[in-house]
Amino acid sequence: MAMESIRDTDSKGDTEDAAQLIAANGSVPVGDELPAVFNDWFEGKGWSPRPHQMSLLDRSRAGESTLLIAPTGAGKTLAGFLPTLVDLHRRGKLVPGSADAKAGIHTLYISPLKALAVDIKRNLETPIEEMGLNVRLETRTGDTPSHRRQRQKTNPPDILLTTPEQLALLIANKDASHFFGNLRYVIFDELHSLVTSKRGHLLSLGLARLRRLRPKLQAIGLSATVSNPSDLCRWLVPQNKDGIIGAQDEAGLITVEGGAKPEIEILDTKERLPWSGHTARHAVEEVYEIIKANRTCLIFVNTRSQAEFLFQNLWRVNEDNLPIALHHGSLDVGQRRKVEAAMGRNALKAVVATSTLDLGIDWGDVDMVLHMGAPKGASRLAQRIGRSNHRMDEPSRAVLVPANRFEVMECQAALDANYLGHQDTPPLRQGALDVLCQHILGMAVAEPFQEDDLYAEVISATPYSDLDWDTFERCVHFVATGGYALASYERYAKIKRTQDGTWRLTHPRFAQQYRLNSGTIYEAPSLTVRLLRFAKRDRKGLTATRGGRVLGKLEEYFLEQMVSGDTFMFSGQILRFEGIRENEAIVTPAVSNQPMVPMYAGSKFPLTTYLADHIRAMLADPQQWSKFPPQVAEWLRIQQQRSILPRMDQMLVETFPRGDRHYLVVYPFEGRLAHQTFGMLLTKRLERARAKPVGFVATDYCVCIWSLDDMGAMIGDGRLSLDALFDEDMLGDDLEAWMEDSFMLKRTFRHCALIAGLIEKNHPGQEKSGRQVTVSSDLIYDVLREHEPDHVLMQATREDAATGLLDIRRVGDMLARIKGEIVHQNLDRVSPMAVPIMLEIGKEPVPGEANETLLAEAAENIIDEAMHV
Amino acid sequence: MTPQRVLWVSMADSPVSPPFNVRWPKAGRTPQRAESKPPKPDGTSPETAKKTDKEDAFLMALADLQKHHGNIQRTDFGTCIHAVNGVELVADPSGTLYWPTTETLVVADLHLEKGSSFARRGQLLPPHDTMATLRRLRAVVERWQPARVIALGDSFHDPDAAHRLSDEAVATISGLMHQRAWVWITGNHDPEPPQGLGGTSCHEVREGGLILRHEPALKDCLGELAGHLHPKAALLRRGRMVRRACFAASRTRMILPSFGAYTGGLNVFHHAFDGMFDGRDFHALMCGKNQIYRIAAHHLS
Repeated sequence: MAMESIRDTDSKGDTEDAAQLIAANGSVPVGDELPAVFNDWFEGKGWSPRPHQMSLLDRSRAGESTLLIAPTGAGKTLAGFLPTLVDLHRRGKLVPGSADAKAGIHTLYISPLKALAVDIKRNLETPIEEMGLNVRLETRTGDTPSHRRQRQKTNPPDILLTTPEQLALLIANKDASHFFGNLRYVIFDELHSLVTSKRGHLLSLGLARLRRLRPKLQAIGLSATVSNPSDLCRWLVPQNKDGIIGAQDEAGLITVEGGAKPEIEILDTKERLPWSGHTARHAVEEVYEIIKANRTCLIFVNTRSQAEFLFQNLWRVNEDNLPIALHHGSLDVGQRRKVEAAMGRNALKAVVATSTLDLGIDWGDVDMVLHMGAPKGASRLAQRIGRSNHRMDEPSRAVLVPANRFEVMECQAALDANYLGHQDTPPLRQGALDVLCQHILGMAVAEPFQEDDLYAEVISATPYSDLDWDTFERCVHFVATGGYALASYERYAKIKRTQDGTWRLTHPRFAQQYRLNSGTIYEAPSLTVRLLRFAKRDRKGLTATRGGRVLGKLEEYFLEQMVSGDTFMFSGQILRFEGIRENEAIVTPAVSNQPMVPMYAGSKFPLTTYLADHIRAMLADPQQWSKFPPQVAEWLRIQQQRSILPRMDQMLVETFPRGDRHYLVVYPFEGRLAHQTFGMLLTKRLERARAKPVGFVATDYCVCIWSLDDMGAMIGDGRLSLDALFDEDMLGDDLEAWMEDSFMLKRTFRHCALIAGLIEKNHPGQEKSGRQVTVSSDLIYDVLREHEPDHVLMQATREDAATGLLDIRRVGDMLARIKGEIVHQNLDRVSPMAVPIMLEIGKEPVPGEANETLLAEAAENIIDEAMHV
Repeated sequence: MTPQRVLWVSMADSPVSPPFNVRWPKAGRTPQRAESKPPKPDGTSPETAKKTDKEDAFLMALADLQKHHGNIQRTDFGTCIHAVNGVELVADPSGTLYWPTTETLVVADLHLEKGSSFARRGQLLPPHDTMATLRRLRAVVERWQPARVIALGDSFHDPDAAHRLSDEAVATISGLMHQRAWVWITGNHDPEPPQGLGGTSCHEVREGGLILRHEPALKDCLGELAGHLHPKAALLRRGRMVRRACFAASRTRMILPSFGAYTGGLNVFHHAFDGMFDGRDFHALMCGKNQIYRIAAHHLS
């Protein structure tokens, strides 16, 4: 098997066995500062401390907050805990029951995953035991039984390992000032993955509170490589601290270079490289050979359906009965634990996994990572490759398996980025207002607050550092009385300003309400898809057709944006969407054999802006094509002849007829979410221009719209103006209309209303009687939109929608970028670059062989047409 | 069944009489004519395109039904005439009912001050629901100019709600009552008559072959007009489940939709409706934007 190898031999030998959190060899000044028991322990193992571990210890002793950026497996976690362990060792044993022993926790460790906290505890116990340190560590998660939580309050451990949600509950407690009164360190693990979400916003407010309880508190951040470390460095230290002398503006930064550079290859397949699709079916046998040739392989895919597909196909060729397992989020927990355990025992040859394994737990002797399809982001690729091989001095090894031609370019871009050390983590967002509202109530639960003090505290949290006083005050009033223009709820206020000027909780039941509803995690609900047969529409109506077969589950947001009579492919058949009934999506067999709406089988993650730029640059520069396999280079050359390849700053629009339809393909390379929003808006616009659009399809790279009228001719004779078609005002009324139509904004509002505490979460066991118990958030939204469109929750909703499901911001940036840079090519037939998206129309992973043959034939036709020079 | 092409023809088996039997409101009070023309059977009428897409989907769904079954009733005034126990009643798209022979407007389940009722328990919903409800009611009253208004119970969300009304709300109510009779029928949410708002109060009104009460009864219900259940109907066509508040109506009784801004609906096939109608022998008069759509129960989901 031929492989294109990108190998970096500049190995520094900085990888190590992270399962033990231990550093390996190294030319390090042996830590004189380390207490003897630590040195002895290192020596006993034949190890010595790493430079970054010692450096972090030094800085911590100097009272600094520090961010440690290191690749997975560089002994990050031990580094993070070393200052704590040394400090606790110095403190010595406490007399049980003494005031000191009850003085609260010494170090707080926060991890994004429950499982990671548990894992870290297990890994820390070993060195603590072996060194005979007098340190008590405990975890506290949602699974911790209440008697142990109670005991933790009266008799706190030295080190508490917990999650952001638990921290929010701990600080919203009357005992918080005592519990955290002696806190010295707070350690944030996997900080890069925490800070970009609303969860991170709540956590940063929690950190601000911890710092108020304990001004000398030092924060230690542990992170994988990120594009902009100074964002995280600022996140760790207080902002807006005018006049405080000696305070850090940014946390100190220790960066561990990537150890042995990973060896990443792009699979140069001997098979024909597919034009479209995401299954990488062509490469199954080659993947199987790689599995055979290595000890243990981790195989990453982007979606559940890809995982299922690959797993089945691997077993089809698995003549040696190799132990190959499957791991993804919809699997039963017990099943997943079994796989993890088998992996820990090194009993598996390969595991096919989705992003459920992206973070955290290291296990087994993984010596090869395979990545099926494009990684969609350079940082994600680095994270996943980091899963492999924590042995000393051996580089991580990975093979990327692009599933189609565009993905070859994307893999190349990601590989270049990884090679160059570029990262594309998303920029930090301004703190969400719904999260702030939740936090304000929590702080009132803890103790009465002065508005000025709390404001100063809130703006010391990085995401809220730009928050103005007015907005803050509106949030306080929202918490108090709903923040409405009518002052009619004064007497029902949850918090009230008392004579001493502090805001106080008016009733203890609001504390209970807060505890039941806190947190920001919101899982995208999915609906059961049920197939009904509407063969007969007789007098009996739908009663006769109730029941029906359950096909599986699909995300609600996908189902809800479907419009009248849309057809889509799911579970191997073409279905007609009929509607949503309660929590079920009703479908019927479709008459058409061409689904209108793509059931996106590609990636859940949209292509990052960084990779998109890189791909545009590669397309525009023929000299770079030599990097690609010959099949891809030839494809681009023919595109150049038959149509054009746009400059990097241009956007190409192609129009051509095919069959009885006319097609318009736009190539913005902005990622799927943005393209779907863009496609919807563009269709509306073309409708108004009377081009009679019929349907559209969006991929990470382009959008294709087909219509009954000849859009190419309309552009040619000026009936359709491209400048007008792509004008930025697209994001105005059309967007409003569409959002209302697709329920997107209402769902976003519901999410915000839940977080802000306007409506309460449904708790298990709490039955809804149907109509009187709750008021639907849709009705609230309607009333609020009509009477107070500027309400703080409406503001939060709009800000959310801009970056969330609709990715409006990216559409906006794109429209601004392409202004005056649109190149139109009117063609007589499909162009080579349009082939992949043309094949997406009506294409899904189809299990049925007959369907597959039909698709293959259809595909051949299009390709011949496109590539015929 | 033979498909019928014309929208306006009533079905032979329908309990609906042609409009000329109805005493319409006096001149100058003609109900506002619905702006919408009936959609063409193919659903491509340009008028429908102007509406919101939801309404559009609804009309298209109806056009679909029309094509297949031809038995949807539409009248020219956006309203729909339906006879209960032989008494002709006019269902208005607002969700209210006009009783022409007595010049009475019937409205059910206003649930005034539902927002503040939730606020008392710590859920600070926007307090605009009472005025939103009353403004809508005022528009209907101005249109029909009834001699009498009967509120069919649950007019107030809780026994204390009337005391919490804002001054503006009280003024609006007394404006509505000006020079017309007003009856508060008591409901489970408001078992006591409201104090100091005017109007009379009672548990039920029996008049002209009709019984008006809050909760629909299983016995003694010939000619009953009731509320309480907040009926809504769902129509599954053309890729959309369109849900609307509706009148659930047979020849013997009618259950009115709820009118209040924060009142949700309950599907007419929910078990709470069991025993109300003889199987599926009833119609849902679904409230469209400017139009009542009369749809036989067996077409609903």
